[in-house]
Amino acid sequence: MTFDGQVVRLGDALRAEGVAIGTSELNDAFAALGEVPWAIPDDFREALAATLAKSPEDRRIFDLVFERFFFRATEAEAIRQGVREGGLQAAEEDGITGGERIELDNLREQLLQAIRDGDDAAMRDLARLAIAAFGRRGEGSGVLGVDVQRIRRALGLRSEPGGPVRDVEREDEDGLPTLTRDQIRRFEAHLRRELERAQIERTQALPPSRPLTELDRSLPTGPLQDLAAVHRVVAQLKRRLATQGHETRGRKRHAHVDVRRTMRASLQTGGVPVVLKYRPRRPRRPELYVLCDVSTSVTSASVFFLSVLHALHDAFRKMRSFVFVERISEVTGVFERERSFRAASEAISKDAGVADVSGYTDYGRVWNEFLTQVEDDLHPRATVIVLGDARTNGRDPRADVFAKIADRAGRTFWLNPEPRLYWNYGDSVIATYERFCEAHECWTTRQLEDFVKALTRPTWD
Amino acid sequence: MSALPASVDDVSAGLRAAGYLPGESTALVSYLATRLGKPVLVEGPAGVGKTELAKALSRYLDRRLVRLQCYEGLDEAKALYEWNYRKQLLRIQTEADGTGWDAVQDDIFGEEFLLSRPLMQAIAADEPVVLLIDEIDKTDQEFEAMLLELLSDFQITIPELGRIEARTHPVVLLTSNNTRELTEALKRRCLYLWLDYPDTEHELEIVRLHAPELGETIARKLVEVIHEVRELDLKKPPSIAESIDWARALLLLGADDISQDVFRETMSIIVKHRTDLDTVAERVGVRLAA
Repeated sequence: MTFDGQVVRLGDALRAEGVAIGTSELNDAFAALGEVPWAIPDDFREALAATLAKSPEDRRIFDLVFERFFFRATEAEAIRQGVREGGLQAAEEDGITGGERIELDNLREQLLQAIRDGDDAAMRDLARLAIAAFGRRGEGSGVLGVDVQRIRRALGLRSEPGGPVRDVEREDEDGLPTLTRDQIRRFEAHLRRELERAQIERTQALPPSRPLTELDRSLPTGPLQDLAAVHRVVAQLKRRLATQGHETRGRKRHAHVDVRRTMRASLQTGGVPVVLKYRPRRPRRPELYVLCDVSTSVTSASVFFLSVLHALHDAFRKMRSFVFVERISEVTGVFERERSFRAASEAISKDAGVADVSGYTDYGRVWNEFLTQVEDDLHPRATVIVLGDARTNGRDPRADVFAKIADRAGRTFWLNPEPRLYWNYGDSVIATYERFCEAHECWTTRQLEDFVKALTRPTWD
Repeated sequence: MSALPASVDDVSAGLRAAGYLPGESTALVSYLATRLGKPVLVEGPAGVGKTELAKALSRYLDRRLVRLQCYEGLDEAKALYEWNYRKQLLRIQTEADGTGWDAVQDDIFGEEFLLSRPLMQAIAADEPVVLLIDEIDKTDQEFEAMLLELLSDFQITIPELGRIEARTHPVVLLTSNNTRELTEALKRRCLYLWLDYPDTEHELEIVRLHAPELGETIARKLVEVIHEVRELDLKKPPSIAESIDWARALLLLGADDISQDVFRETMSIIVKHRTDLDTVAERVGVRLAA
């Protein structure tokens, strides 16, 4: 396979992941490659990235695909030419002797140094040693992800929960130095790669290529560390909402004639309607009732949802928020009082104690309580949004009460933080509710954006 | 110097000499831009040096910087060219009787009556320039569409005059804060550069460049604190510009360490929101030495 061919195939791989790459982009890529030395990996990569990936999201996908693509290409070539590294055996021979425990301790020390220095080459070598040592203990499961985690644990590497960068040097209770999550993730990537390489060498075949899963690019789910990232997304969303309705073009642009104003304007021209007046398009500003599940099974998602709703608070005319686990409690006041999200979420977690009796969601009870609280306020222009995984823990879903709510409200949406694949497995009863509402899966920012768009789609009222 | 740079390292060194410390990809993309003659779309959070890059490039390449600041409602009359109506009117009034319509029309739509705006200036300049189209995301989509002809062929079509082609090839930089998705057509014509907050070492270098008198230890501490503040969930995280301002302020105050007191007094330089101030004071301020 020629090199040009590889670049074109990289383009194909990127297209398969949804990056829009036209022929002109590939042409640019070749033009750019003509200007940089190919032998320098970083320049090569950046030149391709500058011409092929044209947004931060695309860039993330590009990095993932680039890595995989050239890793696979190299391995395929190695198999074809029968190159074997034998790296693991060599490592064992000149490697560390002595008891296993000492070996691991020794490794760990070197590793910590390498990780802290961000020395990729050293990390790679140490990852190999670790895999070799681990392999001798015979605990390999054959599943990459599992092995990576086992090796990490065997080495005693752990991240400090949510610790800021500065505390890298601090030691935790066991006297083990802690590292940041990013540093550990970097090492894990090396481990995974080396494991995969060893596997390919053993089997002499590439595993079937698999597309990036949605999970690779999904929402950040860690509660507070990633909240800043979520907020950036939300801020963008908000701006887009604010300018919405001004940007529809073409066929969608046609408007309804405002007869009254047209007649009025026609007085100037002797009753002949020369100038047509149109009704202005306004984004829908629905009255919202939001019910958010805050039980443990959806914690990270609900923090995210709440923050979104908190941020959108002023985009809607009227909004009432409820949280529930076993029973519901209203938190509208909290959101109005607290301007900062952190304070609000703290207040809610204290408040949710009221809503939480056994820690298990009881949808039936929630519907009943919700209906009694807001029955009189619900009207056809109100929108009810439920955020939850519809897992009833075996209790009665009481779809009849839910139907009553949906019937009274104009529109009812269900946002499920689980991928559609898991719906209706186990105790998930989303199907029974789906008959009465629009159910959306919502676990990537794009899905969330689509939902907000659907919610605020302009109307003629 | 109007010769093109010969290698990425050249660009990197040149930008450094012009007072801008480029990251690896920044130097590479700038180099590609000069070599390939393609516009560069620079995106990133506010205050990471997008505009500064254009200025540094113009200093390094020794070319004039033509800047077009975008805003909502910007139209071609402000960006491209405009007919000088008053002058045209005067011309018609001073016209002697008996001149034919054709003669007058030919006359008043000449270059003499054209007011050239930044884009036109960049195209028509005798010497090559650096064209900076700042905050392109603030304009409407129509304006973007108008730019397409300019960006791909470096030419402008004026109905009355015909096509005006660039005499020289400008280096074009477009910056965006990513508040709105730009159209595919525009992106397709550009190289893409994402500028992000730099890592500690890089930022330390930048601070040292702009405030060389600041002591080594305090500069390092400053950068570390800034990085920590950026980790927090703030409305507006401090950018490089703010680190530099802070460094200069500390210099002026003659502070030799960032203690709690100093931090409390100068915090407002790096954090610009009421609620952010509270968060930062509570999360970072208290951890500093008293």
